[in-house]
Amino acid sequence: MSEEQKSEGKALTGDADREAKLKAAAEARAARAAAKEKADAEAAQAAPEEPKPPSPRQPELDEIVSLLKREVHEDAVLEAYVNELNGDMPTVVADGGRWREAAGLLKKHERLGFDYLRNVSGVDYETHMEVVYHLVSLGSKRELAVKVRTEREAASVSSATPVWASANWNEREIYDLLGIDFPGHPDLRRIMMPDDWVGHPLRKDYEPHDPEV
Amino acid sequence: MIRTEELLLNVGPQHPSTHGVFRIVVKLDGEVITEATPVMGYLHRGTEKIAENLNFTQIIPYTDRMDYVSAMTNNYVLVHAVETMMGLEVPLRAEFLRLIVMELQRVASHLVWWGTYLLDIGAMSPFLYAFRDREIIIDLFNELCGARLTYNYMRVGGVKWDAPPGWMDKVKEFIPYMENKLQEYDNLVSGNEIFLARIKGIGRYDAQTAVDYGLSGANLRCTGVDWDLRKAEPYSLYSRFEFDVPLGKNGDCYDRYRIRLEEIRQSLRILKQAVQQFPEGGDTMGKVPRAIRPPAGEVYVRIESPRGEIGCHIVSKGKAEPYRLKFRRPSFVNLQILPKLLVGETMTNLITILGGIDIVVGEVDC
Amino acid sequence: MPPWLNESLTWGNALILFLWAAVFLLIVLGFVTYAIYFERKVIGWMQLRIGPNRVGPLGLLQTVADIFKLLIKEDTIPRKADRLLFVLAPVLAYVPAFSVLAVLPYTQKLYFADLNVGLLYYVALSGITTLAIVLGGWASNNKYALLGGMRSAAQMISYEVPLVISVVGVILLSGSLNLREIVMAQDGGWFWNWNFLPQIVGFVVFIIAAVSELNRTPFDLPEAESELVAGYHVEYSGFRFAFFMLSEYVYVYAIAALTTVLFLGGWHAPAPFLEFVPGIVWFLLKFAFIVFFLFWIRATFPRIRVDQLMALGWKVLLPAALLNVFLTAAYLELFIK
Repeated sequence: MSEEQKSEGKALTGDADREAKLKAAAEARAARAAAKEKADAEAAQAAPEEPKPPSPRQPELDEIVSLLKREVHEDAVLEAYVNELNGDMPTVVADGGRWREAAGLLKKHERLGFDYLRNVSGVDYETHMEVVYHLVSLGSKRELAVKVRTEREAASVSSATPVWASANWNEREIYDLLGIDFPGHPDLRRIMMPDDWVGHPLRKDYEPHDPEV
Repeated sequence: MIRTEELLLNVGPQHPSTHGVFRIVVKLDGEVITEATPVMGYLHRGTEKIAENLNFTQIIPYTDRMDYVSAMTNNYVLVHAVETMMGLEVPLRAEFLRLIVMELQRVASHLVWWGTYLLDIGAMSPFLYAFRDREIIIDLFNELCGARLTYNYMRVGGVKWDAPPGWMDKVKEFIPYMENKLQEYDNLVSGNEIFLARIKGIGRYDAQTAVDYGLSGANLRCTGVDWDLRKAEPYSLYSRFEFDVPLGKNGDCYDRYRIRLEEIRQSLRILKQAVQQFPEGGDTMGKVPRAIRPPAGEVYVRIESPRGEIGCHIVSKGKAEPYRLKFRRPSFVNLQILPKLLVGETMTNLITILGGIDIVVGEVDC
Repeated sequence: MPPWLNESLTWGNALILFLWAAVFLLIVLGFVTYAIYFERKVIGWMQLRIGPNRVGPLGLLQTVADIFKLLIKEDTIPRKADRLLFVLAPVLAYVPAFSVLAVLPYTQKLYFADLNVGLLYYVALSGITTLAIVLGGWASNNKYALLGGMRSAAQMISYEVPLVISVVGVILLSGSLNLREIVMAQDGGWFWNWNFLPQIVGFVVFIIAAVSELNRTPFDLPEAESELVAGYHVEYSGFRFAFFMLSEYVYVYAIAALTTVLFLGGWHAPAPFLEFVPGIVWFLLKFAFIVFFLFWIRATFPRIRVDQLMALGWKVLLPAALLNVFLTAAYLELFIK
């Protein structure tokens, strides 16, 4: 019995030790977490005080945005930011309804002069569609990305072809592969896929004929 | 009374001079074109869709197959875009190798253009001369990466293979050889009266039209617009080298011809400097994370391919695969001006103008 | 040959004539076979290639194999083609090509028909082949073929005229349309007595117009490969195509021989001390040079454009040929008479 008790006692003390250890560990963890939380909070507090230096191209963007707002409409720009990933590319999200007018301004205005449309991409974000126009001014070498958003059902963005002829086939391609309509386009037909093709392959919910391929 | 009729002629997709499976439907009044409608898509492989299910390293071989005459620049635009997104540093030796193969590729690509253009005009021999010299470059590439056309040479963060021993010497030997040959070709062809009569003043447009249509490469510079991305928005190591951007002024096929030949000369000039400055040792791969996952966001990166501005627009959601990958293909954009240029031209000039634009259908259709 | 031609036609004579014609046909076919081989070799060398070298020793049987291939190939006639004309066109192309050879003299003794109007006969008959090309282009019911045929018609009208007028000077000088007499009129011992120097303008016009008549580079517009795929013979295959090809090379033979006769002194040696060499050797040398010249041009020049072709024919060659006639006539009137 005594032997048993001894061993039991031993076991008990062993358990107590373990519990104590566990407790200590938990406390330490909690302390660390608290410290981290505190540090995070401090960092978060410190951040607004020490903002990242604004991009050198922020003024470019501001100028474009203010010109668009003044000359086109107060609501012409939905959002504007500098795309740091892309070498601080000024990016503007234009309002779909005023995009045609804005495009004309971007090209014609002497302070902007985005005379060269280098690329047009369409992106299916599943929640909405987006058409991205990458512009550059050959004179000042300034760049700008303009995004125009539209809903997925009955997607439609007014065409930039009357402004930049180079948008023509690019928009046709987007129409073909993503199913975005471009009102104002002179010749909106499928360009890559056959005319009788069903669906728009670059849409995320497109189901290929043969999923194995 | 004589009744005349317009003739609807289908040029391509199987036609010796449409440079692949490009098709153009022309309305002819006698031999004069009254309307031209390009039809594309015969080589559309859905590269952009396929890419959405591949990681970035897996996409590289697909870029080879876009502009298969200039696969190296296609490789570069993709890896360059990913590197820009991830902020990766590429070792100097790797960047030098990339630049050297890109310039060699430019020479090779322009040689193919030169040969096939002369073939379009009806002269057969220059084609074989051009291919002889291109073969040397192809052999160099073959030695470097084991492929003659679709190289799959570049990787995100560097290049796959270092130059084998003696390779750089062969490049060194090639430069003066090619300079001589270029002079020979100039003497052989560039002064030929028939050839000049065929291309001078043909397919003219002015600078404004060129900019409006978003033309790039020789198609833009033939109008006198000084816009070569290697100079205008330098990437890679181009700012280290001295070279000129040849410009035209009339915007006709002749100017495009002169510019492309001169570009070979300038590329050789760059190569000469690059081979000289080529670093002795060093890595060919930078420090790249095991899984290449560009941060969420998007990037548009562009470089000067032999045909003009090739761009890569990546939308990433932080995954190993791109959410959307779009290539701005110079051939596709440059070709847009074709219907405008063809109205009022003869059937013969169709071939002259189409050849002068320099398209690769793999890139038009993507 | 001439004696039989002048005798009355009996069964025996007819048989002999027929046999001669057959022998000659074989010679011409042999020429065509090796002209093609020669062309491929020459152009191959000019283009850093080897040319045919697999079939037979040095590739000598390559053309034989090619012709054999054409003969055993399936004969296709497009469903919507005009059958009769489609079948007729290759024959119509070939018959005049072979007929014009009859009047060409090779040496003083070696010739077939000694016609007073030999030159006229040649020019008149060779025009028929162009009709065949137009016909073939039309009958194929193919737009490329039609364009090729149309170009050919335009080319014929534009170049037949300066071609004929350019030889008027030669006719004036020698006072005959007979090809043998034209050669004999050039006999002065030295090469500068040949017509090509006194008639240099006519010679140049003749060569250009002749290359154009042959539809060869730089005037190969009716079959411009890079534009019209193959032009008038795009729908032809097998031996019908072979006939077009054959007549093209027979004309190379004919034009080379005609140029030799009209301008290069036929069988005459270039200098008196070289006269020990038989005339036929000189004839063949000159002949071979012209054939080579045609191949050489093909490997060198790009193709001219249709409107430029017309402009060259009407605005340059025709006035030059006319001027040449006047100058020759004035010279003869003032100095010779």
